[in-house]
Amino acid sequence: MTVKEIFDSMDYGPAPESAAEALAWLVDQGDRFGHFIDGAFTDPGDGFDSRNPATGEVLATLTQATQADVDAAVAAARRAQPKWARLNGHGRARHLYALARMIQKHARLFAVLETLDNGKPIREARDIDVPLVHRHFYHHAGLAQLMDSELPGLAPHGVCGQVIPWNFPLLMLAWKVAPALAAGNTVVLKPAEYTSLTALLFADICRRAGLPKGVVNIVTGDGMAGEMVVAHKGMDKVAFTGSTDVGRAIRRATAGHGKALTLELGGKSAYIVFDDADLDSAVEGLVDAIWFNGGQVCCAGSRLIVQEGIAEEFHRRLRTRMENLRIGDPMDKCIDVGAIVDQAQRDRIAQMVAGCTTGHVHQVTAQLPAQGCFYPPTLITGLQPSDPLMQEEIFGPVLVSTTFRTPAEAVELANDTRYGLAASVWSENLNLALDVAPKLVAGVIWVNATNLFDAAAPFGGMRESGFGREGGWEGLRAYLRAEGKPKPLARIDPFEGDGDAPEGLDRTAKLYIGGKQARPDGGYTRTVFGKSGKPVGEAPIANRKDIRNAVEAATGAAASWGKTTGHARAQILYYIAENLEARADEFAARIDAMTGGRKGKNEVQASISRLFTWAAWVDKFDGRVKGVPLRGVAMAMRAPVGVIGALCPDEAPLLGLISVMGPAMAMGNASVLVASEPYPLAATDFYQVLETSDVPGGVVNVLTGPHAELAPTLARHAGVDALWSFSSTDLSAQIERDSAETLKRTWVNNAHARDWMGAAGEGHAFLDAATEVKTIWVPYGE
Amino acid sequence: MQATDTTKQLPQVTEPRNPGQELDMDWVMSARANSSAIERRCATLPGRRSVKKEYQAAWLCRAISCIDLTTLAGDDTAGRVARLAAKARQPVRADILESLGMQGLTVGAVCVYHDMIAPARDALAGSGIPVAAVSTGFPAGLSPFHLRVAEIEESVKAGADEIDIVISRRHVLTGNWQALYDEMRAFRAACGAAHVKAILATGELGSLRNVARASLVCMMAGADFIKTSTGKESVNATLPVSLVMLRAIREYHDKTGYRVGYKPAGGISKAKDALVYLSLMKEELGDRWLLPDLFRFGASSLLGDIERQLEHHVTGAYSAKWRHAMG
Repeated sequence: MTVKEIFDSMDYGPAPESAAEALAWLVDQGDRFGHFIDGAFTDPGDGFDSRNPATGEVLATLTQATQADVDAAVAAARRAQPKWARLNGHGRARHLYALARMIQKHARLFAVLETLDNGKPIREARDIDVPLVHRHFYHHAGLAQLMDSELPGLAPHGVCGQVIPWNFPLLMLAWKVAPALAAGNTVVLKPAEYTSLTALLFADICRRAGLPKGVVNIVTGDGMAGEMVVAHKGMDKVAFTGSTDVGRAIRRATAGHGKALTLELGGKSAYIVFDDADLDSAVEGLVDAIWFNGGQVCCAGSRLIVQEGIAEEFHRRLRTRMENLRIGDPMDKCIDVGAIVDQAQRDRIAQMVAGCTTGHVHQVTAQLPAQGCFYPPTLITGLQPSDPLMQEEIFGPVLVSTTFRTPAEAVELANDTRYGLAASVWSENLNLALDVAPKLVAGVIWVNATNLFDAAAPFGGMRESGFGREGGWEGLRAYLRAEGKPKPLARIDPFEGDGDAPEGLDRTAKLYIGGKQARPDGGYTRTVFGKSGKPVGEAPIANRKDIRNAVEAATGAAASWGKTTGHARAQILYYIAENLEARADEFAARIDAMTGGRKGKNEVQASISRLFTWAAWVDKFDGRVKGVPLRGVAMAMRAPVGVIGALCPDEAPLLGLISVMGPAMAMGNASVLVASEPYPLAATDFYQVLETSDVPGGVVNVLTGPHAELAPTLARHAGVDALWSFSSTDLSAQIERDSAETLKRTWVNNAHARDWMGAAGEGHAFLDAATEVKTIWVPYGE
Repeated sequence: MQATDTTKQLPQVTEPRNPGQELDMDWVMSARANSSAIERRCATLPGRRSVKKEYQAAWLCRAISCIDLTTLAGDDTAGRVARLAAKARQPVRADILESLGMQGLTVGAVCVYHDMIAPARDALAGSGIPVAAVSTGFPAGLSPFHLRVAEIEESVKAGADEIDIVISRRHVLTGNWQALYDEMRAFRAACGAAHVKAILATGELGSLRNVARASLVCMMAGADFIKTSTGKESVNATLPVSLVMLRAIREYHDKTGYRVGYKPAGGISKAKDALVYLSLMKEELGDRWLLPDLFRFGASSLLGDIERQLEHHVTGAYSAKWRHAMG
């Protein structure tokens, strides 16, 4: 084309990024890679090809990790870890800073290699992925520096096994490696088989930056290699980002290992547009929501929920905008939508769209490249929540749309999903936007924006989008545990005895469900004996239906309790303490009678103090306002988890129950508490205190019965948002396994004891467990 | 609807003129502009679109064809204007244009104060390049209303093909949209066959929402172009302001079928900036708005940078200012 012809046509023309440097690096490595273990690359072994999805050409040959490779990597990480942790915060900060600088210096090489390997537009790799990566290492250099003074009493887990996906290969590596290293852990990381090259370049950078050998180990391979990494007995902590199905499998595979686990899984994130939004900006936002990285983004705004009155106009503008999307060679600097990562993924997307029989499917008319894995940007309007594509994650450039009438209905539609990762709210009305944002069940909410990320702002999901946060202090916490060696917890069996009735008038203890005393559904009761074998009383035996009823009551109560002001919740907690103290002697005697000890009085006093603790915390566990690089605020708010189930400590019949109930109540949750199994009667006495303390019905539900029988029902109940176990029956493995289906958060004791009388019986661990971090981004400016 | 006519000066012009319409306050008040979202879009645009090599050369030539080559200084003389007009006829050194195959390329118009219309017309005679005159008490627009209208009439009589009027910012700042509409209507009527560009002085309007509303009101009152700035405000053309105005133009076209032109002015001095503006036009409004009847740059130093870039394209070596003729 001549200049004159282009002058008339005003086409963009090609703007290719050069692949030369990246290809040269691959050639330097022999186009074949082993694993990176103990500071060096192993000899390449049998493996697989890594291809450029835009062209199909082979970029390099990678090695499939064997069990021996993973063992070697874990052993190297284990050897390196104590010394790495002993470097202290500043020592680690220096290394993280060096990594940040090295990545920044080689930014273009990383970006080009990422685009070649993954198929994402070079613009995104260059302007979004890589800058976020070095920002993540910088930020975590700072967290490492401050950790010693700011997070006393915490220690690294040890060795972390990390498995990451193919959609943001280097960025997900950064999200995993930076906090692990900052906290003093060492890592074994397995990148996705489609996209391992930037991880291997990162390994090369670690070597050149002088990172001590064994601190970062990278093994390559498919899902089998991933299984070896997460299931390895030598791992202390596992972190995974990827599909919900694999996340579930990891939860099952690691159940009972005693490993800390964080999962960042799929999503079907809502994109809500109110009729008072800046519609053109909301349309533009959708480009970044669903066509960013070809929609292969876990938090993609893939579910458009638009107010009925403007839906038609909004869709019209959106279709017009879609026509301007440029699809093609991801190495072209003028491309908006690149290649889908692999043919199998492309076929899956096409199949899901083909299976959609309702609504109206609109696809951009632009010509797609003749070869390579491309799929056209797609909008499907007129769908209903009952349509599969409104519920299932497509993980491609496909947007589905439905309408709403009122703000309340928008929230209801947005939350009508198994997922809970992210959401966007578009409205020019501050009252409306800030009212709706916190009501959305999602870990990240963007007001008048979408897909904003920063190392300081926690990111992560709820429901089947997983648990745990990445980024900021909150994310760092996932890589730390309480200092000190835990003591084992022995099972406490109930005392046995003979069946004579206790003295005095018969007392019937019941279950406490929905603010009412309830007889057990099964109609069974067991006699509780004291140490001497004399009966102390009788306790109902709850069954699965009692759990069902209690969860139903809790669910009903959770919504309004969560909205109660902190001040009101504190007053109720103080009032419980007041009413408990009035009956202190009676409770002390009851505890002593059940346990055969003489410390009942101490336990009651500690319980009153603990209630004060949680009444105090109610309005003092502040969220954080994050220093993100944006004119606006990113608020990491602490939202209630919802319904918390708990198997209360056996050894402290009153204090244990209150130590669990207190944080749940204080942070706005409803709870279903299964009382101490051997000593249940303090709990059944205690519901009388609850009844006289203005506790709304359903906020606290108390059951008595065998932990081992009730735990699976709680673990598998979809309405239970989190499950804690401090039981002396070791139910950790079972709870973790049974919770996998619903991916609820679990907090289990792994048969370790906790000092309920001491500081370990309260504090930040409980606050964290009783809340979800909800990061609400509010950019502003007139 | 009143009858429409077309301008005679530019051969490529085929658009019916925007006749304007009744002031639609519901429409005006429904305008929204989310500043942070708009800024994000603008911040990423240069990274999303890029033109290289011969495409870049062609785009820069297109930018030249859309320049309103401007001199608006108190010390302007007939001689100064003649030099500018000569540059307008031959904006790029002949050998460079020949290498590019772009012989005959001229700028879009020459823009001057009223008293310089006659010298400009003389100097441009036979070139087909229109003369634009700033008017209505430019730049502040605070002279008596009847004088502002009379100034337009005088300039049209003096042979100006295009009139760049300034709006009364106070009407925007006090929300007196009816007054803004009436004023613009009167200015448009006074222009007759001359095209009218409405300068919003966006740097003085306080918010992007006001920019959106003022854009709509001026188009409803019959503006042929909406223009950002006089070049005399402390903040002149910016990408966010441009995006808001382009979206208003698009909405106006969607609803009425009439295409209104856009002129960013002030602060655009680099070839790279010109490319970004062209891509913004192309993305938001489409190729039709890349022609000089619907797009102008109000600029004086931009041309020099483009000339150097074009010479670099031809020779492969970076150029210097003194290798190109003064305008």
